[in-house]
Amino acid sequence: MPQGVPLAWYLILSAILFTLGVAGFLFRRNLITMFMSIELMLNAANLTFVAFSYHFKKVDGQIFTFFVMVVAAAEAAVGLAIILTVFKNRATLNVDEIASMKN
Amino acid sequence: MNAIVFLIFAAVAVICGINVVVRTHPISCALALIGTMASLSVLYLLLGAQFIAAAQVFVYAGAIMVLFVFVIMLLNAGAEQKPHGAWMARLTGAPLLVALLGILGFVILRAFPRSEMARFGGFTGGTVENVGRAIFTTYLLPFEITSILVLSAIVGAVVLGYKEMD
Repeated sequence: MPQGVPLAWYLILSAILFTLGVAGFLFRRNLITMFMSIELMLNAANLTFVAFSYHFKKVDGQIFTFFVMVVAAAEAAVGLAIILTVFKNRATLNVDEIASMKN
Repeated sequence: MNAIVFLIFAAVAVICGINVVVRTHPISCALALIGTMASLSVLYLLLGAQFIAAAQVFVYAGAIMVLFVFVIMLLNAGAEQKPHGAWMARLTGAPLLVALLGILGFVILRAFPRSEMARFGGFTGGTVENVGRAIFTTYLLPFEITSILVLSAIVGAVVLGYKEMD
């Protein structure tokens, strides 16, 4: 290995983290844990943006990462407020018990 | 040297990511997610994104995860109990996930068969100066729109929290 890491390894790592996020979102039944899985997927996408920013030697990919972070912060604030309201009304965090729209 | 640092922190990121998925208690998941974010910040530094690496620690590991931990403590969320019928979801979901990972890996390796070597110092355009100049010239309009988005998110969170109190 002369001097460095293939850029594809970063993309493979990003793919692994994204798949783990999807797995967490599909298999977990806790509202907060599902939300954290979404954050994991956003982080995987950010790693891809930064890797391609390196590939093209341009800063634009990093700007996109910055915007993703800002949107994630806004999303976390609103999402956690919604989770608080759901917990107040239903007294549970299990998504299987919050299924009143199903029937 | 680059490869050693990459492999160490990639392994930490993947192990912490697996912990996010398999741990039953939300606090353990949150701490594992912080580990993933911290090791990703080191990888950003390796790719020459200095500002993004710092922002990753401040914004993600600092602000967002503290919010998560606060909510977990506020709701006194305990360990999650095993749902019935979970084997059905695992049986159908696991092959699909393996297929997703396979497709992603195939496309990446197909598009980058002999990709360039990424080494520390190969790209130094991610300084605060360069990022700030790009944000306040080329991306000024999206940046201002983002501030409106954050403002509306604050108002929305306050309204939702206020309704919860009465």
